[in-house]
Amino acid sequence: MWDYSEKVKEHFYNPRNAGAVDSSNATGDVGSLSCGDALRLTLKVDVKTDIILDAGFQTFGCGSAIASSSALTEMVKGLTLDEALKISNQDIADYLDGLPPEKMHCSVMGREALRAAVADFRGEAPEADHEEGALVCKCFAVDEVMVRDTIRANGLSSVEDVTNYTKAGGGCSSCHEGIERILVEELAARGEAFVAAPTRARVGKKAQLVVLEMPVAEVAGTEPSAAPMAAAPVKLGTLQRIRRIEAVLDAIRPNLQRDHGDVELLDVDGKNVYVKLSGACTGCQLASMTLGGIQQRLMEELGEFIKVVPLNSAEQLKAMEV
Amino acid sequence: MKAVYLDNNATTRVDDEVVQAMLPYFTEQFGNPSSMHSFGNQVGLALKKARQSIQKLIGAEHDSEIIFTSCGTESDTTAILSAIRAQPERKTIITTTVEHPAVLGLCDHLASEGYTVHKLKVDKCGRLNLDEYASLLSDDVVIVSVMWANNETGTFFPVEQMALMADEAGVMFHTDAVQAVGKIALDLQHSSIHMLSLSGHKLHAPKGIGVLYLRRGTRFRPLLRGGHQERGRRAGTENTASIVGLGVAAERALQFMAHENTHVRRLRDKLEAAVLAAVPYAFVTGDPGNRLPNTSNIAFEYIEGEAILLLLNKVGIAASSGSACTSGSLEPSHVMRAMDIPYTAAHGTVRFSLSRYTTDAEIDHVIREVPGIVAKLRKLSPYWSGNGPAAENDQGFAPVYA
Repeated sequence: MWDYSEKVKEHFYNPRNAGAVDSSNATGDVGSLSCGDALRLTLKVDVKTDIILDAGFQTFGCGSAIASSSALTEMVKGLTLDEALKISNQDIADYLDGLPPEKMHCSVMGREALRAAVADFRGEAPEADHEEGALVCKCFAVDEVMVRDTIRANGLSSVEDVTNYTKAGGGCSSCHEGIERILVEELAARGEAFVAAPTRARVGKKAQLVVLEMPVAEVAGTEPSAAPMAAAPVKLGTLQRIRRIEAVLDAIRPNLQRDHGDVELLDVDGKNVYVKLSGACTGCQLASMTLGGIQQRLMEELGEFIKVVPLNSAEQLKAMEV
Repeated sequence: MKAVYLDNNATTRVDDEVVQAMLPYFTEQFGNPSSMHSFGNQVGLALKKARQSIQKLIGAEHDSEIIFTSCGTESDTTAILSAIRAQPERKTIITTTVEHPAVLGLCDHLASEGYTVHKLKVDKCGRLNLDEYASLLSDDVVIVSVMWANNETGTFFPVEQMALMADEAGVMFHTDAVQAVGKIALDLQHSSIHMLSLSGHKLHAPKGIGVLYLRRGTRFRPLLRGGHQERGRRAGTENTASIVGLGVAAERALQFMAHENTHVRRLRDKLEAAVLAAVPYAFVTGDPGNRLPNTSNIAFEYIEGEAILLLLNKVGIAASSGSACTSGSLEPSHVMRAMDIPYTAAHGTVRFSLSRYTTDAEIDHVIREVPGIVAKLRKLSPYWSGNGPAAENDQGFAPVYA
């Protein structure tokens, strides 16, 4: 059974706005031939104000396809067409408290139906969208079409390249065999042979830390130092030190938020910096890498040894103090 | 109403007598059957008895033809890789388009390593063309692997006849009989089958135990080496408790064989007839006249299987579906695709698989619930309008495909 959120189940068992809207003036019919799901979205749009007065859906699809359709109709009602077009498939998934990675295509279908309906209302031709393929990387929901397109566009030749460009393979690594298979085919198509990197247990870890290193220069108010670790560390006052730590976290935060995660500073005790990862960071297989990156960055910035300790909550912190 | 479990082709409840028989092998009978002392000796005798029970269930000539493995997949893999290693000069494999992934996945992998894999096609009822099969048998064929009964539709393949044809052509024949063993009577000693896979958890034994039947005299190369267990054909300390459990499960399956083919079949037929009578645009997939007594696979057109399962689950009914969404892949079941079932029906297939525990009251509950669930989902479907498909009501739904 899929791990559906309560909200997905709720929208599936009690779908909102099911059926076609009476006297609608915009219709978007989309389907995904590969997965067999199909959706008809009907809208009633105020011709003067462009505001969506009513929305209805008819869906042939699984539980999450029906829930995504239901969520979409709730989200667009009352918006202008331009506002509605800003809704991304991630917004639809977020509205439902998340979808399993294999089911993200259901939210994509909702977004495409919306674009098709708006195009229909405006008398435009619907634009072709990203074709979806079989899911390659379950950790980051990357499909085969995306992997192939990225390999071709950037001339990639290794699994590590693919991970750096698409994130595919950056998690549990069980899809590496599949990525290699795609690379073999893509490289053969451009007349090259795939050569695997020699297997070494430590290499991956080092390489991953390098990926997470972030430019030092942008942290508030500090001059980039030519040799940060070698410079004699200036002894900072407590408040000053905490501000520096917060500045580092603030600099990193946009990267985490881009992936729907976040980090919060809970406490600083000597060399220990207690933080809380939230959002998509919780349960992410790369959380320890993220923490490693934060720790590295803090050490470079403060010029002293720092240990970043993840805690789930302030309560846990209290429990530690006892 | 208690939950109604109609997903017995996925896995079965362990029989109470099986559990009771197993328990001592976790506690006082914990010895290693290979040991010389009395702790091990008793266990060794229990394994011998279990082996004989399975021999009897499948009608093998010798108990030494039974090799215990960890599961059906291991048995399939052992059989196919053994044939390949024993006959390195042969490079062609014959199988079918509707095999279990345990066989298809391995064959696809072997194809990528240079083997020619012929997958026999099926017709709309899931039947093979034996003329096509006969034309493919040659000196280059390393093994034929064909399932006895299909896990999704229950449809039988004529494996005994196919094994005979293979044997006459000097070709090894393996059958994945995971769904058939325990449900229909088998008589391997009078067949030409060289190897057969079975899995404990499909016949009320626990998960994690399987058997490879290996006809005496068949050339064999082990998958796991490095131990004398199973006469050196499958190294690794025996899963004694589960082997004992499987032995008892085999005895129980023989006791219930008549029940399975009368009572269970009647319940299946009752369910199917009532659902088809109440739900328009629904049909049975596979070959209804030639299938397992416990399996009914019904395609509900214009709706999607996962949605059906979620609503069935809400009213306490467990079944399974060939829809893409239940598997996590984007494709509907390869079995439905192979039978050329249209997408809008393949996605809406639901498999009800019964067991000896299924009751009339349970089937009545399912008969009551299914029509309402199908109607509810059809109301949401763009392919459906009023009382029939939208296409017939002149409001055809033809989406733009991404």
